[in-house]
Amino acid sequence: MSHLCIDKVVVRFGGIVALDGVSFEVPEGEIVGLIGPNGAGKTTLFNCLSRLYQVHGGDITYNGRSILSLPPHRMTEIGIGRTFQNLALFHNMTVRDNILAGGHPASRGGFIGNALRLPGSRREERRLHEKADRLMEELDLTAVANEGVGELPFGTRKRLEIARALMSDPKLLLLDEPAGGLNHDEVDELAERIHGLRDERALTVLLVEHHMGLVMRVSDRVVVLSFGRKLAEGTPDEIRQHPEVIEAYLGKAG
Amino acid sequence: MTHLLEVNDLHAYYGPTHVLSGIHFSLNKGGITTILGANGAGKTTTLRALCGMVTTKGQISLDGRRIDGSACEEIVRMGVAHVPEGRGTFAALTTEENLKLGAVTRRDKHGVTQDLEHMYSLFPRLKERRKQQAGTLSGGEQQMLAVARALMLRPNLLLLDEPSFGLAPLIVAELFEILGRINREDGVSMLLVEQNAELALDLASHAYLLETGKVVLSGSAEEIQEHDQVRRTYLGY
Amino acid sequence: MDLFLQLVLSGLATGCIYACLALAVVTIHTTSGQVNFAQGEMAMFSAYIAWSLIDLGLPYWLAFILTLAVSFLGAAMIQIFLLRPMAQASILSHVIVFLGLFTIFNSTAGWIWSFTIKPFPSPFPEGSVMGLIGFHELGVLGVVLVLLAAVYAFLNFTPVGLAMRAAAENPTSARLVGIRVGRMLALGWGLAAVMGAAAGMMIAPVVYLEPNMMAGILLYGFAAAVVGGIDSPAGAVAGGILVGVIENLAGAYLPFIGNELKLSTALLVIVIVLLVKPSGLFGRTAVNRV
Ligand SMILES: Nc1ncnc2c1ncn2[C@@H]1O[C@H](COP(=O)(O)OP(=O)(O)OP(=O)(O)O)[C@@H](O)[C@H]1O
Ligand SMILES: Nc1ncnc2c1ncn2[C@@H]1O[C@H](COP(=O)(O)OP(=O)(O)OP(=O)(O)O)[C@@H](O)[C@H]1O
Ligand SMILES: [Mg+2]
Ligand SMILES: [Mg+2]
Repeated sequence: MSHLCIDKVVVRFGGIVALDGVSFEVPEGEIVGLIGPNGAGKTTLFNCLSRLYQVHGGDITYNGRSILSLPPHRMTEIGIGRTFQNLALFHNMTVRDNILAGGHPASRGGFIGNALRLPGSRREERRLHEKADRLMEELDLTAVANEGVGELPFGTRKRLEIARALMSDPKLLLLDEPAGGLNHDEVDELAERIHGLRDERALTVLLVEHHMGLVMRVSDRVVVLSFGRKLAEGTPDEIRQHPEVIEAYLGKAG
Repeated sequence: MTHLLEVNDLHAYYGPTHVLSGIHFSLNKGGITTILGANGAGKTTTLRALCGMVTTKGQISLDGRRIDGSACEEIVRMGVAHVPEGRGTFAALTTEENLKLGAVTRRDKHGVTQDLEHMYSLFPRLKERRKQQAGTLSGGEQQMLAVARALMLRPNLLLLDEPSFGLAPLIVAELFEILGRINREDGVSMLLVEQNAELALDLASHAYLLETGKVVLSGSAEEIQEHDQVRRTYLGY
Repeated sequence: MDLFLQLVLSGLATGCIYACLALAVVTIHTTSGQVNFAQGEMAMFSAYIAWSLIDLGLPYWLAFILTLAVSFLGAAMIQIFLLRPMAQASILSHVIVFLGLFTIFNSTAGWIWSFTIKPFPSPFPEGSVMGLIGFHELGVLGVVLVLLAAVYAFLNFTPVGLAMRAAAENPTSARLVGIRVGRMLALGWGLAAVMGAAAGMMIAPVVYLEPNMMAGILLYGFAAAVVGGIDSPAGAVAGGILVGVIENLAGAYLPFIGNELKLSTALLVIVIVLLVKPSGLFGRTAVNRV
């Protein structure tokens, strides 16, 4: 099950109100696009969902339970995974190790088991490695498995972020600008990948993006934020023609 | 027309990794040239090589003067501004301090103050956030800051590494309009790397296609736009 | 109550000297990521230069200013000719170089001026204000505060100060806006030496001039820097003053501490602060967003 409900969420930074009573839902199995002008509060909302920011008002529930009392490291356990706009990878580690790091919270060996290298934990380790290998296969990362992340082109790092997020088997995946720095072909590929994730892994996706081609193509529904408030919500077609959205965000070209 | 920038047999290395293997290209004075290429082709490395941020071999001349081997800061002082990949924000400093740093080598105090106001009028969002620590700006706000900071140098040559990165569609359109205007009115030459190939080819007069560290195609923007492979991979029609 | 006030005030004065040294350590650390163990010995050397100038018959304040200038240039030279060529070397190599500088300054001072203790003049009159604080201490307070204000203004209100902060935070981006990062490092060394020199000249009348005079004081300076947050100039100053006052009060009020254990008290303060707030009192945690 996966049902996210954002209810009148307020976040302030000093005098700046980054989120001003935002409400919307992300039902199971849907791909919801979240768009809006720069500084509208999209990443701030993601940071609330992964409990990095304190919420000053309203509530966020996942499967009916408020997540606001949970610590950040519990978010992967309850099934919420994410990628980061500014890429939060371990630069001095290889691609494989970065992906393995994403699997850590779900591994069952336990600290003592690991330290003593008990058979159970070794089996667990093998399982994690196999899973990482599969994910690298799936995201075309096998060729760079042993390369340091600092040396990879940007687009590859973005794929790596997705692979790492998938390591913890999330039910809800938050993607913050996954298409940044990708060319047309690569965006096409990404679009297919996002659909694939939903269909094969039964994922629910919340997608922040400025690449309208991608958002309009993959989203079932689109939510528009502007100055910390919800400006509009609807199907991609409705949003494309929404006069206020055109005015505030898309411009004539949109 | 004379060439502002001429690059001959340029190689670039990250330690032992050989990334550019002998590229040639040139940029007309007052012109805009764009470099297309897939993920990892070496576009960013090319821009870095031009302003001395990576080890290079080969010749780079700016306005007839050899600049290969010069230190990055000295090349910048010759009027080359760079909007780097990853934005290069001074995270602990304020938005305004970041902008002032763009003009830190300029001596015309009055002009700098004027340009600061001009940047604020181009990007009103930055004005609202002028006293904010730049590291806390949103991704797109930091991108605007990176572009504005580069413009504060009043460059002769502007190196743009994906200037539209993370910007909302409306702002992207505005940005390209601004770039076009600056090119026409102030005669600033530009070398543009941009994933949105349609916009890039619209703005530029010349284009190069880079594949794994080699130039595989070059010509006027119109010619490149008509090229089959470019159409399929970068334009999608 | 009078005793308490007296202790606090004289603690403030010594605290200001620690603050100077702490600020010197912090300046070099933020610009280059290195910890200069020789900072104290350089300060001692500066004090000797001042002594020589005064000995030649120069008026105190002229000698003071000249010493600051010479220290600035000398330290900048050290950065340019010694540290710049080894910029790529490992941390351990740097540690060795700093230890080398430490012994060179120490033994050169002993060689030139001998290891015997010398008195050092104070520019301030004898006596005290209502028995609460000595004129020398008051003077120290004044001189240090003026110096700190000047450094603060330089860093925050001048283009070069801004460039220096930029170079310290992000050298790659600094180069991309045309800042000559190498010069900023030399400037940082120069500034640090100026602060160290002032601390040396202000403390010399109290501890007397001798090649090992700064050993204990540098430890307090480090303590102050760490307590305040190793990358925070404001923290270094606050840390210095705090350490100075605590040391004085603890020495007087906790009989088992006395003079012998004063230094340990300062170190205990460091440990406690670090346990509660690992980045120091004013230390920033990284501001980069995800
Ligand atoms: N820690 C902070 N302190 C002050 N202001 C902040 C802080 N974090 C965010 N803000 C402000 O809150 C606003 C919302 O930022 P957020 O990152 O959520 O925008 P966004 O919608 O993700 O924009 P973008 O599309 O540019 O990534 C911005 O204007 C930003 O300047
Ligand atoms: N710091 C580095 N160390 C080693 N190799 C690097 C480094 N930076 C880049 N590379 C390698 O150089 C090649 C070219 O990278 P570059 O960043 O120039 O590509 P790009 O064309 O800008 O790609 P993108 O579209 O992803 O930005 C890549 O194969 C990359 O792996
Ligand atoms: Mg964002
Ligand atoms: Mg690039």
